[in-house]
Amino acid sequence: MANVELTNVRKVYGSSVEAVKGINIAIEDGALCVLVGPSGCGKSTLLRMIAGLESITDGTVKIDNKVVNELGPAERDIAMVFQNYALYPHMKVYDNMAYGLRNRGMPKDQIDKRVKDAAQILELTQLLERRPKELSGGQRQRVAMGRAIVRSPKVFLFDEPLSNLDAKLRGQMRVEIKNLQRQLGVTSVYVTHDQLEAMTLADILVVMNAGSVEQIGAPLDIYEKPASTFVASFIGAPPMNLVPVKADHSGLVLKDGTRIGAEGLSIPLTGALIGFRPEDLEVSAGTDTHIGGLALDLKVLGVEPVGAESYVYGIIGGERVVVRVPGRSTSNTDDQLRVIIPKQKLHLFGADGKRI
Amino acid sequence: MIQNNPVGRLIAHVILIIGILIVAFPIYYTFVASTQTLQEILRPPLSLLPGGHFWENYSAALFGGVGRIGGVGVDRLLFNTLVMALGIAIGKICISILSAYAIVFFRFPGRMIFFWLIFITLMLPVEVRILPTYKIMVDLGLIDTYTGLILPLMASATATLLFRQFFMTIPGELVEAARVDGAGPWRFFKDILLPLSKTNIAALFVILFIYGWTQYLWPLLMTNRNEMSTIVIGLRKMISFADADTEWHLVMVTCILAILPPILVVVLMQRWFVRGLVETEK
Repeated sequence: MANVELTNVRKVYGSSVEAVKGINIAIEDGALCVLVGPSGCGKSTLLRMIAGLESITDGTVKIDNKVVNELGPAERDIAMVFQNYALYPHMKVYDNMAYGLRNRGMPKDQIDKRVKDAAQILELTQLLERRPKELSGGQRQRVAMGRAIVRSPKVFLFDEPLSNLDAKLRGQMRVEIKNLQRQLGVTSVYVTHDQLEAMTLADILVVMNAGSVEQIGAPLDIYEKPASTFVASFIGAPPMNLVPVKADHSGLVLKDGTRIGAEGLSIPLTGALIGFRPEDLEVSAGTDTHIGGLALDLKVLGVEPVGAESYVYGIIGGERVVVRVPGRSTSNTDDQLRVIIPKQKLHLFGADGKRI
Repeated sequence: MIQNNPVGRLIAHVILIIGILIVAFPIYYTFVASTQTLQEILRPPLSLLPGGHFWENYSAALFGGVGRIGGVGVDRLLFNTLVMALGIAIGKICISILSAYAIVFFRFPGRMIFFWLIFITLMLPVEVRILPTYKIMVDLGLIDTYTGLILPLMASATATLLFRQFFMTIPGELVEAARVDGAGPWRFFKDILLPLSKTNIAALFVILFIYGWTQYLWPLLMTNRNEMSTIVIGLRKMISFADADTEWHLVMVTCILAILPPILVVVLMQRWFVRGLVETEK
């Protein structure tokens, strides 16, 4: 067990392509850190640099307070779970798990004990004599986990481990990974592009975009206080609604010229975006202006019932927005609704996309 | 495409049986001739049933020494050919799997140059480079040696390319998993790459063994002494221009003996051979 510290880590491919642009992350001992971002944001590259599979152009990676930049993957005392599991196809489950230990010259009886213990934890005991070909996706995933566990490394690295599973199994394995990580208390770095996975798993969430960190924090903090419009629209499903506004001396003007009252809001004159989560809107019956909130008119474009809730798609001030309504929605297409955004649920972003 | 009507099946079987007869009859006829005396062979028509001189002919050819090839027994020829075929097959596989390993999994300066050098040799048939190769063998004093027979035929672009193509289908994550598991280059090769290449190796072995077994031109150049002849060369030497001067019964025996090892290799390795050509176990 150990902490992981990244200081100004950079990765440059060739002479000019900067895939990772100076990243600083400190992960405490035993924490699960999730790197999340769209594809191509450098999250996998960063993970592979921690693993030692990718060279580090600049900056330092520390594991357990020791700089590991120059060490090979086997010497860093890490274990990695790959997206395609990367099980050795010709080896039985048992040998797949034992291989890393054998290479380290561990005595046979100790290997046996460790593999059996890991198999017990992962409910693989019945499958030890099978080959990867004869296993289902979920079972292979477990074997890949087992291969990491038996090593009892300082750090677990997960590279989108659930993306090859179907949705139901993914939810199940997500819970299992979380429990297992808690139980073993091993510091972990987990890469995913799935924001739901990121939210539910992370102790520390790192949102990345175009090779840089957009925001680091606890998942719910990030959800409630996104640092930029990118984070706001990436975390949460459906994403946060963002509506551009302009300020003049008497209030706010939307894109289509609608004027709204904005008591107590300080909007910069350069323009801004107001953001609100789909679930934070209240649909108001009357046409009254709500005290302590922003009242807006919404034209309904369509309704999507998904059972427990309904998504109402509409237009506010020329921008498409989504409202999440519990249960069934009574709205119909082309209805005009008055919606209220409570002031404390309102997010403000400057013209540069940063939170105000 | 598979039809279940009886007439169709009958026609299919008739065609197959005719095909088999066309292929198998000459071999059967050779076997029949190998069990007759020389006089019986020279006096047509040749009987369609095996004669009674099986043991006589076979032991004479195998252990008696055949006059026209300097009194060397066919057993010696078989041994020579076996050494050569095995040497070529095993040597080729070793060299090409290692060079493919280097080309696919290592980044070193000149990697692509080496790859193209190997690739270009594909375009040169053996006959084109046979004179320089012969000169080198003479200078090295390798005439009439097993090394001389095997070495020049061992380097193989085809097998290297085949292994390269196979290695390229191995997912990069598998290589990385092995690195994380602490497997160095040699361990990775031995524990992961070799077992995964099993079927490919088997298929190549069959093809290369037969290739080595049926070599004619190179052994013809490389061997002067009768004890170093291969079976194909020996066979050629046993046949004289004068019909009556040729011990046809022994020639027929040698033919049958020359066919047997390749057939054995194919039959014994057929399962692996087919698997190696059809699927890649991954």
